[in-house]
Amino acid sequence: MLTSSAAVPSPSASARRPLIHPLIVRITHWINAGAIIIMIMSGLEIHNAYPTLPFKVPRAITLGGWLGGATQWHFAAMWALMMSGLIYVTYGFISGRFKCKLWPISPREVVADVAAALSGRLSHEDLSVYNSVQRLLYSGVILAGIVAVLTGLAIWKPVQFQALTMFFGDFDRARIIHFLAMCAIFLFLVLHVAMALAVPKSLRAMIRGR
Amino acid sequence: MFAKFRTPHIDTSVILKEAARRLDSPTRRVFMRNAIGLGSLTLLSGCDVVDGFSAERMLQSMSDFNDRVQALLFDPNKLAPEYPESAVTRPFPFNAFYPEDKAPVIDPGDFHLDITGLTENQKPWTLEELHALPRFTQITRHICIEGWSAIGKWTGVRFSDFLARIGADLSAIYVTFRCDDNYITSIDMPTALHPQTQLTFWFDGEVLPRKYGFPMKLRIPTKLGFKNPKHIGEIEIGNDFNGGYWETYGYNWFSGL
Repeated sequence: MLTSSAAVPSPSASARRPLIHPLIVRITHWINAGAIIIMIMSGLEIHNAYPTLPFKVPRAITLGGWLGGATQWHFAAMWALMMSGLIYVTYGFISGRFKCKLWPISPREVVADVAAALSGRLSHEDLSVYNSVQRLLYSGVILAGIVAVLTGLAIWKPVQFQALTMFFGDFDRARIIHFLAMCAIFLFLVLHVAMALAVPKSLRAMIRGR
Repeated sequence: MFAKFRTPHIDTSVILKEAARRLDSPTRRVFMRNAIGLGSLTLLSGCDVVDGFSAERMLQSMSDFNDRVQALLFDPNKLAPEYPESAVTRPFPFNAFYPEDKAPVIDPGDFHLDITGLTENQKPWTLEELHALPRFTQITRHICIEGWSAIGKWTGVRFSDFLARIGADLSAIYVTFRCDDNYITSIDMPTALHPQTQLTFWFDGEVLPRKYGFPMKLRIPTKLGFKNPKHIGEIEIGNDFNGGYWETYGYNWFSGL
């Protein structure tokens, strides 16, 4: 009687699901996300001091209030992004996570998956396997992040790191590339957040791991 | 019960705004060129008055941390890139915290540069004496915190030579510049001694024009533009931190390139 099946707690639904994102990935993902949002918002306020775009970005989506405050936010959050980003990328390469999840990227499959996504036929049933569009976008944003950090260093220290600055052309070109890398990350963010909201269990997996 | 014993919260921005308003008055010049300076005000309002955690305090301590990191990154032998004459930006942009027609008008015959603080020789310098010093020319990139950059051609005295000439204590921590446009800024001694740091009297082959800092500016190609003071009236060598005009409002103090 005591061993009736009803009395034995069944493993919860979440424990039965396989672990998709290890803790280190989840922690660094969210630190990266927070730091990137601060970097973009304060960066847009810095942009407004000498606009690259033909207009100033509305104050509502900038951080720091003016150039002085914005540079303080930018030069504080850059440490979080650099540290967390370095851990994330190093872990991704060393553990084989990048190779396993993001590779290979076949252009033919990307085209097929884009077509499938647009017609609403792209499945997100198995969160542990990324489709070709995901692979392309996740690889792309990691690359854009690396370019943003490197061009950031190139325009922060164009004398001490002048070899890096010259690699990107000169100060002015490195600054434009820094801006373009931000644009790429921004576009990714819009799509990524929209997809996470459209497939809520993917958001749950990045919080709880499963 | 205990609330009344707590230190009242004082908003730093209000203090700074008030300070800025006061500094707009004609007494500003006296205030700036006297020993008190704007830096001590920053220290007071930034560290002692504000209580508890605030984003502003956190950001300021990160900025102080960045000062230390940049001092470590600074290589005294690393030269800023120099450019050919053809690369010079003409016309060179004007930038200040006031419009161009508000730049100070200084009578060259009446002018003297004051030397204060830890130096053996505190005799004021006339412009004639300063112009007679050995000079060198640099064509370097001026980079503004706003994001623009321009290449200029500056001629003047190697600042390390000038410091040696006035018998400055080279183990002092700071060099502070008080300017006749009521500007103030201060730099670290290693940057002051950098071979490209120049007390500049000529720009692009002519006497430094009023809008670019007549009679002299400090050209530092290893720092952002706002760390290159114009219209210098007093140079102080010392161990007391005097901060600077823009630094009071949040620009990073070291601002090395």
